[in-house]
Amino acid sequence: MMAALRIFARHMAVFRKIWFTNIMFNFIEPLLYLTAMGYGLGTFVQDMEGLTYLQYIAPGMVASSSMFAASFECTYGSFIRLHYQKTFQAMLAGPVTVRDIVAGDILYATFKSMVFGLVILTVISVLGQTQSWWALLIPLFLVIPGLAFSLLAFCYTGLTANIDSFNYYITLFLTPAYLFSGVFFPIHSMPGWAQVVAWFNPIFHSVEVCRALALGNTNPGLLVHAGVLVLLAMVLMPLAVRLMTKRLIV
Amino acid sequence: MNEVVVRAENLGKTYGDFRALKGISFSIKAGECFGFLGHNGAGKTTTMRMMYGMSTVEEGELWLFGESIRLTPPVIKARLGVVSQEDNLDEALTVIENLEVFGLIYGLTRAESWLRGKDLLVFMGLEDKENSNIESLSGGLKRRLVIARALMNRPDIVILDEPTTGLDPQARHLVWQKLRSLKAEGVTLVLTTHYMEEAVQLCDDLVIMHEGTILAEGSPQYLIATYVRPYAIEVHLPLSQVPDGLVDQVSAWGGEVIRVLDSLFLYADDGEKLWDSLAGWGLPKHACLLRPSTMEDVFLKLTGMGEDA
Repeated sequence: MMAALRIFARHMAVFRKIWFTNIMFNFIEPLLYLTAMGYGLGTFVQDMEGLTYLQYIAPGMVASSSMFAASFECTYGSFIRLHYQKTFQAMLAGPVTVRDIVAGDILYATFKSMVFGLVILTVISVLGQTQSWWALLIPLFLVIPGLAFSLLAFCYTGLTANIDSFNYYITLFLTPAYLFSGVFFPIHSMPGWAQVVAWFNPIFHSVEVCRALALGNTNPGLLVHAGVLVLLAMVLMPLAVRLMTKRLIV
Repeated sequence: MNEVVVRAENLGKTYGDFRALKGISFSIKAGECFGFLGHNGAGKTTTMRMMYGMSTVEEGELWLFGESIRLTPPVIKARLGVVSQEDNLDEALTVIENLEVFGLIYGLTRAESWLRGKDLLVFMGLEDKENSNIESLSGGLKRRLVIARALMNRPDIVILDEPTTGLDPQARHLVWQKLRSLKAEGVTLVLTTHYMEEAVQLCDDLVIMHEGTILAEGSPQYLIATYVRPYAIEVHLPLSQVPDGLVDQVSAWGGEVIRVLDSLFLYADDGEKLWDSLAGWGLPKHACLLRPSTMEDVFLKLTGMGEDA
């Protein structure tokens, strides 16, 4: 674990150099969605579950921005470290194992996902779109989906030979998962089978928790959502290590 | 007698149907410079990767610092410095930051790491480049930085996989000088190369590898003295213009002939005498060159690149 923290420290040293451009990129997109959907489309949408449309989608933006941050870091970011810069190989020559390298990358991506979630949370709070002090727990909660999404992306990276393949991950998995996650409309408005499928969509669980905390609707059901994500992360960690071992140790 | 720091016994490696290493044995003593000389694909890099923990030992045995290895563990990697074939530097970071950040992985504090990095930049003659971007460095400077990075943990053994491939002669000599000073400080050097000159210039002891096996082992002087005659004459004529029966004549005279693709090499114990006989065999001297035999001759002979004519 110490070695994983040292690798995390290495990534943080890089982050300190690039954080500004990095945050700006991740900051602008959710803001565009918030403006277009919340203010634009929202004027034509009636109140949803007693909320204005902006209030409804704002917490989902926190969850999704956090998801995208983790996913991009562990797809493009990790692939560049593996394939182009060979940072993993350089680090592996040091006193670390593949597990440490995977853990270091996951910690870093989780950290970034928390930071980007926090940035959007700050924005929506300034815009008055959080209703409860429970919202303060959101950044802490984001660690859980952060781990799950980092690991999911990292496993895909472990199977990927070509950087163009990430388009598939984003277009065929992340984007639909995001659109049908309850960010823009409630899951219970979808057909029954789609509601079942939603339970297998990690971003759905993250959105549910973020929205409940932002509105102060805490209930024990939130623990189930968090539990699903924890379980997902626990299953994926050994898989990620195995896939990366295959790539690095021959 | 120095202690043995690396020992391999019958070390093998198979990738699918391809047997990359066919059971090699060698031992490397502390403080020496040990070389693996061979073509691309001879099995040198595979051997190196097993030493520094990027490949598992599946056939035969490998000991590092007396410990039997399957996959080199972090405690042993902490005592190694690795200069891999590719310059895997961090392009987002400057020269000094590359060293600083790498030190963190060895558990140095940021301040320690920075100090050590500064020292190593001076040692490798990179102090002017401290704050340069990686992209702006030439190939030679990048190599020197990769070597500096491999020294951040003050390793007992530095493993260099083709340290000067792709460098111009001046940059190569500079790297050699630095490696010599490292050796003078008692660091064990293990290097792979396909440059004969590099092997001769640096190695106390070397093995010649070919298609996954070791063909010969010894000091460069020993190998030259053992495997080839002391003098060589290069015949710079197309084979079609070489007089018929030359090979037989040289052999009958007591010399040796090796053909490498389209060129002929004649070998003898007495170079002057062989030289004086050329005219009699119908070989014009202006097309020939007499020189002492080198590692290259040993290599050509042993690897079968030169077939005995």
